[in-house]
Amino acid sequence: MKSLLEERVRKSRIPARLDLIQSLSGLALGLFMWVHLILVSSILLGKDTMLAVTRLLEASFLRPDVPGGYPALVAGAALTIFVIFIVHAGLAMRKFPSNWKQFREMRSHIKMMHHTDTTQWWTQAVTGFVMFFLGSAHLIIIASNPDKIGPYLSADRFVTWGLWPMYLILLFAVEFHGAIGMYRLAVKWGVFDGKNPQQTRKRLKLAKKCITVFFISLGLASFVAYVKIGIEHRDHAGERYVPTAELHLENPSH
Amino acid sequence: MSDKIQIQANGNGPGRKLKFNILRYNPQLAGDKPRMVTYEVEEAAGMTIFIALNEIREKQEPSLQFDFVCRAGICGSCGMVINGRPDLACRTLTAKFPSGEITLLPLPAFELIGDLSVNTGKFMRAMSERIGSWIHSSDADNRDLTILEERMDPDLADEIYELDRCVECGCCISACGTKRMRDEFLGAVGFMHVARFHMDSRDHRSDDDWYEVIGDDDGVFGCMTLLGCEDNCPKDLPHQTQIAFLRRSMVKVA
Repeated sequence: MKSLLEERVRKSRIPARLDLIQSLSGLALGLFMWVHLILVSSILLGKDTMLAVTRLLEASFLRPDVPGGYPALVAGAALTIFVIFIVHAGLAMRKFPSNWKQFREMRSHIKMMHHTDTTQWWTQAVTGFVMFFLGSAHLIIIASNPDKIGPYLSADRFVTWGLWPMYLILLFAVEFHGAIGMYRLAVKWGVFDGKNPQQTRKRLKLAKKCITVFFISLGLASFVAYVKIGIEHRDHAGERYVPTAELHLENPSH
Repeated sequence: MSDKIQIQANGNGPGRKLKFNILRYNPQLAGDKPRMVTYEVEEAAGMTIFIALNEIREKQEPSLQFDFVCRAGICGSCGMVINGRPDLACRTLTAKFPSGEITLLPLPAFELIGDLSVNTGKFMRAMSERIGSWIHSSDADNRDLTILEERMDPDLADEIYELDRCVECGCCISACGTKRMRDEFLGAVGFMHVARFHMDSRDHRSDDDWYEVIGDDDGVFGCMTLLGCEDNCPKDLPHQTQIAFLRRSMVKVA
């Protein structure tokens, strides 16, 4: 029998798994955030559309008797995302500069190189750090108020609750971090390399730019829409939106 | 005659005054402090940074330290930071810089010998020992030297040769933000050597063996895909695809 000293000590397989989990959790969050913004931007098609989307996600079609469906589904989704978010943040944190010397080295390197992929790593680190706090705050608000999503209630959060600066910062942080991250994932694992990886990388960079512009524009337009509704609805903050189709049932005098 | 044609072709007439800002520091001299010194050189047709440096040393500053051997991009000795980017001095034309102002720094992440001269040799030797940068064959000890070596598929030989073009100049190391932050990180030149021996049919190391070499955060999982290596390699080696390949291979055996 081999003694412990003779037995070959294998390197831990954990770093490989952590690397993969960091990438997969990032991929999941990135895809989720794109879908999330598209759903949020339904407000641009009108309050009724936004409410219809909200009710669909609350699975209200399973419960036609009450408006509102199962808000617990929303809370569940928010908590699931929160778990993935914490895992991703914990793993990505390992890459941050951990002391002043590393911080200084990286800053001077970025300043010296003027190299896009390096500079954008810094953008990701900063936006990631911002999201530790604001992303958590947003997720906790949604998970603890899953039934308070709707054209008026969401708009009230922007204006009456005064959270518009948080949403504005989150929009930029998420869109930059996500698009850069998705591009980096593609080149990191070489998933779309094909026969000409350099050409592919150029295309991915262009796609990243277009995606960023598209989602930030969509996000800003939605932001303006919610703030506008929030200001108009300020005096009735907390009241729910009644869809146009149900108006005559609620209040026949209208 | 041919000189005249070249002058017209590169668009810069003779006699343009070039300003070289060079970091001067000799760690061997007691009390010496790092400082930037400016030298003026008259541009000549087809002038490279290497030619200009020799002129400065011959006519203005005999104590200026920098390395070179081949002046043809083969020896990898004259790597330095040229206007923010690591590159080979002998392969960089002064005509590339329309402003005529050129700042030269020694490659960071290496031990400084003096001025622009750094000890890449010491680093490369340690790197080679760390990854076992030679053929590891299971029958190496009892090889019959009277028998001809097994034939290698010419396509494979070409592929190996493509990666073997590395001249160990150190530009990828200095261009790497990860390496700047974390001293123990292997860096692109190391991964390129691993990829080269991984590909070699005479090397009998399995992926499990390679995992022992690069399967941690100082190895391939530490790479943050900033791609400074890919974008600043004077030999245009495919760092991005090879590191992605190693990452995938190492995750598969984890």
